Amino acid sequence: MIANLLAAIGRPVIAVLAACGRVTLFALEVLSHLLRPPFYLREFGHAVMQIGWNSLPVVAMTALFTGGALALQIYAGGSRFNAESVVPSIVAIGMARELGPVLGGLMVAARVASSIAAEIGTMKVTEQVDALVTLSTNPLKYLVVPRLLAATLVVPVLVAVGDSIGIMGGWLVGISRLQFNSAVYLKNTVDFLEFWDIGSGLVKGAAFGFIVALMGCHFGLNSGRGAQGVGTATKSAVVGASVLILATNYLLTGVFFSS
Amino acid sequence: MIELRGVAKRFGTNQVLRGIDLSLPKGQSMVIIGGSGTGKSVLLKCILGLVRPDAGTILVDGQDVERTNRDALLARFGMLFQGGALFDSMRVWENVAFRLRRGAKALPKARAREVAVEKLRRVGLKPEVADLFPAELSGGMQKRVGLARAIAAEPEIIFFDEPTTGLDPIMSGVINELIREIVVEMGATAMTITHDMTSVRAIADRVAMLHDGLIRWTGPVSGMDAADDPYLQQFIHGRAKGPIESVR
Repeated sequence: MIANLLAAIGRPVIAVLAACGRVTLFALEVLSHLLRPPFYLREFGHAVMQIGWNSLPVVAMTALFTGGALALQIYAGGSRFNAESVVPSIVAIGMARELGPVLGGLMVAARVASSIAAEIGTMKVTEQVDALVTLSTNPLKYLVVPRLLAATLVVPVLVAVGDSIGIMGGWLVGISRLQFNSAVYLKNTVDFLEFWDIGSGLVKGAAFGFIVALMGCHFGLNSGRGAQGVGTATKSAVVGASVLILATNYLLTGVFFSS
Repeated sequence: MIELRGVAKRFGTNQVLRGIDLSLPKGQSMVIIGGSGTGKSVLLKCILGLVRPDAGTILVDGQDVERTNRDALLARFGMLFQGGALFDSMRVWENVAFRLRRGAKALPKARAREVAVEKLRRVGLKPEVADLFPAELSGGMQKRVGLARAIAAEPEIIFFDEPTTGLDPIMSGVINELIREIVVEMGATAMTITHDMTSVRAIADRVAMLHDGLIRWTGPVSGMDAADDPYLQQFIHGRAKGPIESVR
C-alpha cells in the first residue's frame, strides 16, 4: 500500500526530472553547434520574420490592453491612499520590468513554440528530418540553430515594442478616462523610469525567446507518430515553454532586484 | 559493396533485427521483401546511420560506417522515402537541388536549377513543375520528384523505401521502370524495400526475404519462384495460410 503510494508519487517526479535532463542535454548540444559552420542565413532570416515580425500584432495588442488595464487598476488602488499621481510611473515600471517581458514571452510561447513544434514535428513524422540527414544536412544546424538564434535576438525587440505600446495604452487611458494632463503623464513616465528597468526586461526577453525556441524545437524533433504525436508535441512545447518562462522570470527577478 | 554482419536492433522489448547477415555487390540491385513491421525500413536506416544498431557491423566498400566520416559517406547515398519526404516549404526545383546547393562543391543557384530541371525531365516531369510546391502535386508526381532528388547528385548507392506504395498500378509500373532504367544507366548499387511483388520482379537482380528479424532467404530473382522455402513461397504468392502468421 505505502510502496504503491510512493511509486505513484515517484513515477511522475522521475519523469519530470528525466524530461529536464533531456531538454538540458538538447540545449547543450544545440549550443555546441551555434558557432560552428555551416550557417544557414536564409533560414535565420526566415525565422526572424516568422518569430519577430509575425508576432508583432499579437504582442502589440496584448501590451496595449494590459497597459490600459494597469492604469485603471493602479488609479483605483492608488486612490485609496490619495496616490493617484503614481499611475504613470508604476505603469511604466510595471510594463518594462514585468508585464512587457512576461506577457510578451507568453504570447510568443503560444504563437511560436506551438508553430515550431508543429512544423518540425510534422517534418519528423513525414521523414523530412531523416531526408535532411541523408542529404548531408544536420537537422540541429539547419532547423534548430537559426530558430534559437532568431528567437533570442528578436524577442527582446518585441519586448521593447511591447513596453512602448503598453506605456502608450496607460497614457491613452490616463488622459481619456483618468483626467491626467498629457504632458505631466509623459514627464512622470520618463522621470521615474530608469535604464535598468528597461534593460532587465530586455534580458528577460532574450531568455524567454531562447526558452520558446528551445522547447518548440525539442518537442518537435521528439514528436511521436501521426497526428496525435504532433498534437502532443505542440501542447507539451507550449506548456513547457510557459512554465519555464514563469519560473525563469522569478529567478531573474530575484537575481536582478533582490538587493 | 555493402556488407552487414550480425546487425541487431531492439526498440524497448521489441527485438526488430536479430542478427542480419547480408551482402550486396557493387552495381547490383537488391530488393528486400518481408511483411509489414518486420524491420525492413529499420535495416535501411541502420545502413544510413539514422538508427544506430545495438550489435553488428555495417561495411560500405570494406569500411565500417561507424568509423567513417559521416558526411563523406552520406554524400555517396541517395534515398527515395516512402512518402517522398519532400520539404513542404520549398519549391520542387529547390527540393531536387537541395544537396547541389550545399557543401564544398555547391553549385550557383542558376546552374543548380538547370540540373534540377534536367533531373525532373529524366523522371518524366515537365519544367513547369519546377516552380510548384510539393502540396500542389499528385502522389505519383511527388514520388517522381523524390526520385529526382535522390539521383540529383548522381550517388553511387541509392535506397528506395517502398517506392510504389499508395500508387495506382500504372503509376507503379512507371516508377518501377524509371528505377530500373536509372539504376542501370547510372551503374548504381541499389537497395529497395517493398512488399509489392511486381516491383520485385521489375527492379531486382537479387532478392532477400526478411522475417522475424533474420534473413530467411536470399538469392537471384530468377531463383525465387523455384526456391523451396515455405515462408518465401507463402509471401510471394500472397497466401493467407502458411508458416507466416497472418495476424501479427
